[in-house]
Amino acid sequence: MISQGASTPVRFIAPDGQAERELPVFADRAALISFYRAMLLTRIFDEKAVALQRTGRLGTFASSLGQEAVSVGLASAMRKEDVLLPSFREQGAMLWRGVSLVELFLYWGGDERGSDFAGPREDFPICIPVASHAPHAAGVALAMKLRGEKRAAVAVMGDGATSKGDFYEAINISGVWRLPAVFVISNNQWAISVPVGRQTAAATLAVKAMAAGIQSARVDGNDVIAVHDAVGEAIDRAISDQGPTLVECVTYRLGDHTTVDDSSRYRSDQEVSENWPSEPVARLRQYLTAHEGWTKSDEENLIAECHNLVGEAADRYAAIDPLEPKDMFEMTFASLPRDLEEQRNQLS
Amino acid sequence: MADRMLVEAVRMALARVMSEDETVILLGEDIGRNGGVFRATNGLLERFGEQRVRDTPIAEAAIAGLAVGLAAQGMRPVAEIQFSGFIYPCIDQLTNHASRLRTRTRGRLTCPLVIRSPSGGGIHAPEHHSESMEALLTNVPGLRVVFPSSPKRAYGLLLSAIRGPDPVVFFEPTRLYRSAKEDVDDSGEGLPLNCCFTLREGTDVTLVTWGATVIEALAAGDHAADEGVSVELIDVAILKPLDFETIRASVSKTGRAVIVHEAPISGGFGAEIAARIADEALLSLLAPVKRVAGYDVVMPLPRLEQFYLPDEPRIMAAIRDVMSYT
Repeated sequence: MISQGASTPVRFIAPDGQAERELPVFADRAALISFYRAMLLTRIFDEKAVALQRTGRLGTFASSLGQEAVSVGLASAMRKEDVLLPSFREQGAMLWRGVSLVELFLYWGGDERGSDFAGPREDFPICIPVASHAPHAAGVALAMKLRGEKRAAVAVMGDGATSKGDFYEAINISGVWRLPAVFVISNNQWAISVPVGRQTAAATLAVKAMAAGIQSARVDGNDVIAVHDAVGEAIDRAISDQGPTLVECVTYRLGDHTTVDDSSRYRSDQEVSENWPSEPVARLRQYLTAHEGWTKSDEENLIAECHNLVGEAADRYAAIDPLEPKDMFEMTFASLPRDLEEQRNQLS
Repeated sequence: MADRMLVEAVRMALARVMSEDETVILLGEDIGRNGGVFRATNGLLERFGEQRVRDTPIAEAAIAGLAVGLAAQGMRPVAEIQFSGFIYPCIDQLTNHASRLRTRTRGRLTCPLVIRSPSGGGIHAPEHHSESMEALLTNVPGLRVVFPSSPKRAYGLLLSAIRGPDPVVFFEPTRLYRSAKEDVDDSGEGLPLNCCFTLREGTDVTLVTWGATVIEALAAGDHAADEGVSVELIDVAILKPLDFETIRASVSKTGRAVIVHEAPISGGFGAEIAARIADEALLSLLAPVKRVAGYDVVMPLPRLEQFYLPDEPRIMAAIRDVMSYT
């Protein structure tokens, strides 16, 4: 599916849940149900996180409503030994990689321990400054290549990130050094209040790969199969020394940018409504119902399971005491210099 | 042993750690085939190969970002930024990522990188090649900022910077690259990154400086001695974290302090040292604390740079001034 300058987003399943082409081999019943479960868990986590923020129990939060297929599709295509470099709307990918719900709540609740992942120890923490993690992916990929490892670095960022020099510098250097890196663009159409059409004159974001001389793909980001397929192929290329790939996933942000955003200031309700029929969770559910015998009780059981998991995690998060104030000093350097020791003593 | 120039000492340290530790990777513009514009990496490509001595595209933000990614993966990247005037694109990476990766992951990921950059004026270079901007980085928690002033200290401090567990910005005084010469023993021994160097002991005035102005300060110390004034000269060398203890002890003894740096005076790192003296050693003072620094102007082009840079007469004027208080 990877080709230079592809423009029509590739998809396997249409918004109504009908398969438009033969599914890839990986897309068996078990895999599709695991994707579906991860997307649903992500959505229910997002709902809970927004609710906790609204009631003063979580900080500013960026929901991924509508973009779950990008997150789950890319992470499910990765192997354990690959390294994920996420931006701030990729809880679906992080959960799939083994970051816990409690860690996600801790991070968004304002506690650094939320980025001390017990699971994927080499994965990067969430990157808030836009696109500045793209060169990290090149660095991680260079380390892998120098050690002769068959591993890939996978960075994910939004459409807005493709306007930044960091993005171009990273894909350029990855191209010329043929690094095992994959750059996934979750194109949700909006960089906070600025739509893609006012961010760039480029026909697509995928074509930006041409300037760096690297391969690209453009897929329907609301079709988890298409995302998984393209990212999986990109990883295969990366680990077989064929270089980096840019994968543009075309999706839509159904929610606000964050809990402190009000998207009605810059886009119409009608536009949002028009995008709901394409959203990824219902799409896959319709497919599973039609083709894989997914029943109403399967659905209800899964929803209940996800609610239980998220609710339990929220309770555990709420029960975790903050770090001690003096702990803000401990990780500044590997060991505490004398001047910081004096400042720490002033605090206590 | 032969005398070594400061730039050779840098190269010796790089070669030493590269031969000890294969995770040390050099990155930068023109550092490979060209050996660096100051030749700091001359011969290292031939010795260690193109995998470890990497000419990068001209992309300073990506150089710093690559170093972050490498360091988080357990490598030891040493990146050269060709002139410190080109370091600004790296500041996002240094402040938002390198300096805080350990904190934000509670130690899960760390960032043992070194960014080397020539710094300062006095070599009649074009625009953007002569600035001193260490104060932009000394205000960043989690970064070590090192600024040696002699071949031996450059060698020992660079070894420790590369071997250490924290991100380090390592400024090299451009105008001393070839003029400062010293016997440097390639012993492989690093110098600690937590203490100032007292280059001259004295009892009347504490002269505090770092980088290239150490040379003017040494001359001022000799000149002052001719006038019967005993100068204690401290080369700070490691600006962050600051070993203030050495400065405090000296000022407590002399009662007078003159701080010298090339960077613009307002908000320069001299202001921090002066504030610390006011805070912790005020009652020892016999005279106001004086700063001799660059002016708050855009770094002049070569025709005027000599009037910008702190020189020995300006330092002497400050010494005479503080000595007028008894």
